[in-house]
This record gives sequence, C-alpha cells and structure tokens, in this order.
Amino acid sequence: MKKITVLDVTLRDGSHSMRHAFTEQQVREVARGLRKAKVNYFEVSHGDGLGGSSLQYGFSKVDELKLIEAAREECGESAISVLILPGIGVKEDLKNAVKAGAKMARVATHVTEADVAGQHIYLSRELGLKTVGFLMMAHMAPTSVIVEQAKLFESYGAEIIYVTDSAGALLPHEVKERVAALKSHVSCEIGFHAHNNLSLALANTLAAVEAGATYVDGSLRCLGAGSGNTQTEVMVAVFDRLGYETGIDLYSVIDVANEVVAPFMPQPQEITGSSLIMGYAGVYSSFLLFTQEAAKKYNVDEREILVELGKMKAVGGQEDLIAEIAREIANHKQTVN
Amino acid sequence: MVKLKVAILGSGNIGTDLMYKIERSDYLSMSVMVGIDPASEGIQRAKARGYHTITNGIEGLVASPELFDIVFDATTAKAHLMHSEKVLALGKQIVDLTPAAIGPFVVPCANLKKFVMADNVNMVTCGGQATIPIVYAINQVADVEYAEIVATVASKSAGPGTRANIDEFTRTTAKAIEDVGGAKKGKAIIILNPADPPIIMRDTVHVLVNERNREQDILKAIEDIVQAVQQYVPGYRLTSAPIFNGQQVSIFLEVEGAGDFFPTYSGNLDIMTAAAVQVGNEIAKQQHETVKLN
Repeated sequence: MKKITVLDVTLRDGSHSMRHAFTEQQVREVARGLRKAKVNYFEVSHGDGLGGSSLQYGFSKVDELKLIEAAREECGESAISVLILPGIGVKEDLKNAVKAGAKMARVATHVTEADVAGQHIYLSRELGLKTVGFLMMAHMAPTSVIVEQAKLFESYGAEIIYVTDSAGALLPHEVKERVAALKSHVSCEIGFHAHNNLSLALANTLAAVEAGATYVDGSLRCLGAGSGNTQTEVMVAVFDRLGYETGIDLYSVIDVANEVVAPFMPQPQEITGSSLIMGYAGVYSSFLLFTQEAAKKYNVDEREILVELGKMKAVGGQEDLIAEIAREIANHKQTVN
Repeated sequence: MVKLKVAILGSGNIGTDLMYKIERSDYLSMSVMVGIDPASEGIQRAKARGYHTITNGIEGLVASPELFDIVFDATTAKAHLMHSEKVLALGKQIVDLTPAAIGPFVVPCANLKKFVMADNVNMVTCGGQATIPIVYAINQVADVEYAEIVATVASKSAGPGTRANIDEFTRTTAKAIEDVGGAKKGKAIIILNPADPPIIMRDTVHVLVNERNREQDILKAIEDIVQAVQQYVPGYRLTSAPIFNGQQVSIFLEVEGAGDFFPTYSGNLDIMTAAAVQVGNEIAKQQHETVKLN
C-alpha cells in the first residue's frame, strides 16, 4: 500500500479566514482532535507565517508562540509544523517557535525567489527540524523554472519540496506536469498544497499524488484562505477508497472537522464569485477578505479589484495594493460618470 | 571650498552607481574605485572616466592614503568589519552602505547632522531610506506608537547579497524605524516581485499614532518630507493620498531611480546611493566648518 502523509493546515491557513483570531481554546481542541485522528503533522502559525502579525496582514489576537505551545501540550505523537516567509519572519522567530514546540519548518518563497530562503533552511536543519521548501504561486512560473528553484531549495538542505497553488489557479494536468518534473529532477520528497478556488483542490491533490507527491496539505472543513484548501477529512476518505495509506482515523477526523471546527467558522468556505475569480485570475488566496473590505469601503466590484491584481502580477504579501487599487477604480468611475 | 576626495570600496552595482552621483556633487570629488576584479564593469568604467583604480581591494587602498579623504563602502557586511578597522586606522571617515551597522544609522531628512562626524556611519537599508523619513515626519506631529513598512522591489533589483541576507534587511530596517524614525516599535517586511517589465520600487508605511484628529498636521508633515527627499531623489513620490482609519495612517510611495547606472525601476538602489552622497556632502561641509573654526 502506498503511503501518503496528510498535513493539516487548519490552524495556519485557516488563520486567514479567522482574521488571525484563533483562541488558545480553539487551538487546543483542534490539536486534540487531530491527535486523536492520528494526523502526523499539523501547522500552527499566523496565516502569513511566523512574524506575520502586522497591520499589513492583520494582528494576531493571541501570540502565535502561545498557540504553538498550547498545541504542543495537546499534540501527543503528532508533530507541529510552522510556516515562515523570509522577508516577513526572521530566524529568531523560527528559534522561538522551536522552543515553543515546532518540529517541522516550512520555508516559503514566491516560486521564482527560492534564493532568499537559504539562511532559514540552513537554520532549520541545524535546529534538527524536518525541513520543507514551499514554492508559492506555482502557477506563475513554467515547469522549468520550478525545477531550477527546487534545486536551490535542495542545495540548502530542504528534505521536502512543495508545489504550492496559492491562488488555486492550477488545473490537474498542470499540477501533474510540475510534480512529475520535480520528482525526476530532485531527490527530495514532493508535496502539494491546494486552494479550492476553482473547485479543483481534491482533483489537483490526486493528480499530484499520481505524479509522485507524498506529502499533501488539507484543512478541516476547508478552513483556509480564499475558498480554503483540500478538505482534510474528505481527502482521507478518498485516499482510503483509492488504497493509499494515510494512517489517519476517518471517523475521528470527521469528528474534529464537524464538532470542533465547524462551530467556530465565521462563514462557510463556499466558492463565491470572488474566490472563483481568484482562481481564474491567479490571485493570492489570502487577498480575499481584504478585497471584500476594500470593495465595500469604495463601493466597487470585488472582481474588478481581483482582476486588476492579477494583471499587475501581484505576489503573495502585497496586501497593501488592494486598498489603493479599489480607490483608483472608484476614482476612475467618478471621472467617467 | 576644496572637495573631499572619495574612494569607493566595491566596484559592483552600488559602487558604480555611486560614482556617477558623486560626479555631480559640489562637495565631493571622485578619486579612486577599489575592487578585487580588474575585469569588473565598475573598474572598467572608472578607468574610462579617468579615475584611479585599485584591484587588490582594501590592501591596495590603505597603501595609497593620499588618494582619498573619505571612503564609501559598497561591499558586504562581513567585509565591512575589516574595511572599517583599516580605514579608521588611517584617521579617515567611512560611510557604510552595507547592513553591517557598526556605526550610527543616518537617514538624510531625519538625522543627517546628528551623526555625520562619527568615524563610521551606516546607511540602514534601501527600504529604510525610503520609509523612515515618513515615520520621522509623522512622529514630529503625532507620537508614533508603531510603524511598519512594506518594501516591494523588482526581483531584478535585489542582488545576491540582499537575497542571502534578507533577515539582516528586515532586522536592520525595523531597528532604524525605532532609532531614527522615532516609532516605539518598528517592523519591516520586504517582498520581491518578479513581474516583467520590472516594477518600480513601492513602499507602504503603516503607522499607529496615539492621537486622533491630527489629519491635517500629518498630511502637511508628509508632504513636506516628500519634497525634502525629492531634493536628492527626484523620483520619490506618493502614489496616492494617505489613508486614515482611526489611529492608523497608511502612506503609499514609489521610488523611481535617476537611471545613472541602474535602470529607473531600481529606486531601491538609487535611494541608497543618493542618500549616501547627501551624507558625504554633509561630512564635507562639517569638516570645512571645523577647519575654519580652527
């Protein structure tokens, strides 16, 4: 039986949907549920990674280090992963996260900028963490570039390399091509992280696994940025039917999704017009709530803002563009009328 | 007034761009370009323009102290530690464009006069030079509790040094937001954007002030400081009006370079070299004053 490691990102990617307001109690309950379901790894961090608490992305309601500590107390055999984006989080943040209980670091860069991650990947290995290189916005670069960037991660010491579809824009054949190319050009294990903006998260995850990916991300009830991620509990059931071994107990993971996570979700993770357009136009999923707010404030169509962001080739982290674009569209409309 | 003779350590992009800006200074005269690669473009260009060139690095420079009065170091933080020691031993001043930050931070428009007589002054980072004037200006009219800057630069304008040391950028900038900008707490974020054609450097400054209803004063302070920075970086401008939201003010800037050696989108590199020349000019003026007084 082929083995797949499912990594749950509810307590990190879900932080976007929760406007970075997870409470310690919520984290404890989710961690306990994931432990009971025997999920090997789950991620706890601000949505934008360690050090993401800011005016640009939203302040964390509870310090992420406190949340990591709380998760550690509950996680038993499961291990805690943290995300770090060089340029936002610094090495000190990673050291503190390790003291709080992190066992895996996922170092994330835009798909063409892997060389900013060297110092963080070296540190992660030095600290004895399972170390992942995370290539975000993977739809924005051709496969040849992804391979070249993955080789950089590998040269710094990454053990696993992720194709990260931050905009939920990839189609299954594109996922397959990227994962297969990495599989044949680097010796690391390959992972895949999906967003469901085009309702393709699970299809893309299966395409990735068929092409050789052995790590895949999911979130409970899809709680993640944009339309959320591949739904962890559904993915576990599907892998079971397909004959892949995840080691996860299906009923327990369904229970934590529906009894713990669903009651605190601020809204269902539906594919709305805006999140659909994010996948269609290739926009970073965590821009969604900021776009909705700006659209309301300046009385413009959310989709217009998103399409403009796509045209500008905005990359992850450029939330500061959103209000400016919304205001420009509003001003332009006034002039035209 | 006799101009100060300049040595530039480092014949890479920053050093070469700096050379062109020094040529336009009324207080500095370009004298010697120091590199370690005779074939480097910076050395070639300096030679073609009739300047002295030294290609065995700091050793060659300290052997010719008559060639320079002041040194601009555009190498790396690691090399700077050694360079600084050797230059100071000759009794000359050094302006540090690396993130080594041994000496005090200097941001023209904020604290130009305060530290320029220090032996070693540090130019913070490009993101710091672009944003700290704004934090400083706001803090003059309303206490800044927290300031956060987001610098977005074209991937092509971020060299291997910046990339390998991105943590130094964020930490140094955050510290200078506090030390020079006056914010009680500072944070810095840098984003690289690979779009082609390359984007012009964008900087967003978010601050939390502890007083409300100071919009007019804050707007005036921002306008004035933008004009002050434009004196040495003409392509420094607000992209749109600042947004006020309770205690929060967000300011949106872009920095277009002068296009001396770098393409104009590299405002991040341009503002560093332009600010360094401002510091050099001020050092020349103050040294001149000191001589007169004696």
